[in-house]
Amino acid sequence: MPLKSTWISFYTILRKDVMRIFRIWPQTFLPSIVTSVLYFLVFGTIIGSRLGDFNGVSYIHFIIPGLVLLAVVTNAFTNTASTFFQAKFFSRNIDEILVSPTPPWVIIGGFVAGGMVRGILVGLLVLTVSVFFALPPLMHPFVILLFLILSSMIFALAGLVNGIYAKSFDGITIIPTFVLTPLIYLGGVFYSVASLPDVFKAFTLVNPIFYLVNGFRYGFLGFSDVSLSLSIAVLLALTAVLVAINWYLLRTGLGLKQ
Amino acid sequence: MNEPALSITNLTKTYASGTVALQGVSLTIPTGDFFALLGPNGAGKTTIIGITTGLVNKTTGEVKIFGDDITTSPEKAKTHIGLVGQEVNFNPFEKPFDIIVNQAGYYGIPRSIAIPRAEKLLKDLGLYEKRDQRAMTLSGGMKRRLMIARALVHEPKFLILDEPTAGVDVELRRSMWEYLKGLTAKGVTILLTTHYLEEAEQLCKHVAIINKGSIVASGTMTEILAMHDDGPRDGAYRAGKLEEVFIKLTQN
Repeated sequence: MPLKSTWISFYTILRKDVMRIFRIWPQTFLPSIVTSVLYFLVFGTIIGSRLGDFNGVSYIHFIIPGLVLLAVVTNAFTNTASTFFQAKFFSRNIDEILVSPTPPWVIIGGFVAGGMVRGILVGLLVLTVSVFFALPPLMHPFVILLFLILSSMIFALAGLVNGIYAKSFDGITIIPTFVLTPLIYLGGVFYSVASLPDVFKAFTLVNPIFYLVNGFRYGFLGFSDVSLSLSIAVLLALTAVLVAINWYLLRTGLGLKQ
Repeated sequence: MNEPALSITNLTKTYASGTVALQGVSLTIPTGDFFALLGPNGAGKTTIIGITTGLVNKTTGEVKIFGDDITTSPEKAKTHIGLVGQEVNFNPFEKPFDIIVNQAGYYGIPRSIAIPRAEKLLKDLGLYEKRDQRAMTLSGGMKRRLMIARALVHEPKFLILDEPTAGVDVELRRSMWEYLKGLTAKGVTILLTTHYLEEAEQLCKHVAIINKGSIVASGTMTEILAMHDDGPRDGAYRAGKLEEVFIKLTQN
């Protein structure tokens, strides 16, 4: 496929998804904002006011980066998983793309870009809402931007794997409930890993959310439980693995074709 | 050299369930042909179409579209094909206009070209008034026509129609026939599967009959009709003759 045609194909997939995201904004934007307001209110303001400082910042300042990231990853994941699965399972309109000459890597790019758009937009909305509770410092804006992109990309890729491979509706609800949510809550959104016993620290180190939260928190607050370069290296490696899995699934038709 | 529109060699397919759908099918559709692939339910027609369009993985064999192998050059082979599938498979919440323009986009056609093409197709197929309504509100016949419009927006050289007139009333079916005849006159090769044998008899130059995953007869319509007990066709059209040949070849 010529480069211009490839770009048009990518743009078509992305445009269609972004228009859908905006068309159903009460489903795509509102839930995360409502949930975040509750987190800021309960954990940040009510409980947080009774807790001491974390590394010299108030508890609500400590959890803001993690809560923004929580919104980014859940929305990026859900978007690609549900969009692809619905197109595959319910209306079967995924065939529109599969019969076309659109190569697998463009399909991956289009769906993942859609997930990233939703994840980043919701993340920015949650960040805006957080201002009403506590003004978060922005120590390293480029680091924030980098981790915003990495987190939305990784979880959009993971959601796409889920959407391609899922064989029933349960298949796309089980992963967010039993895998994604525990990873988020045990990834250091609400606490510093330094406060954990050694055995739990070891588990945390294999949790990708830990590296995302810490990198993101470094961008806001200027401190982290793990080095920035290690976080970036782990996350880039994870990105490469997820791209490879998606490419393999689409190229072979595993989970898609009989 | 003029490559055939479709060349299938020793194609086999065994599904994961163990069902053997195709047992060494070989088939050639010349460029510009209007070709009927007939067979009872479960004979393997849709599996052949699925493999040809890249929606089903083959087990063994070779499929080429205008000389481009669907396995080794899938992107190139797919540029030639337009598919009207058996089941309605567009997003019911989308508008017909968007469905057609987006389909063009997947083939790398810019919106500046896709939009006038979509408008023309919507007018030609009597859907223009419905272009901005949700696809779910269309009648059954309109949905079928929308699928044809979607399959034609990238101006394919090879159109595959998998039971396109199933559930469509007689008047609409005949208007679709005229539209398809117009396409072949413009040089588009058409592969048609249908259970309306009168339709195949009226429209198609060549025909293949498949039963239990094997081609049991293949040739020109005249040759196939000559297999009738009454002997060779005498030139006059006789509705129902193909049906009798079909039953004779597929009853076992």
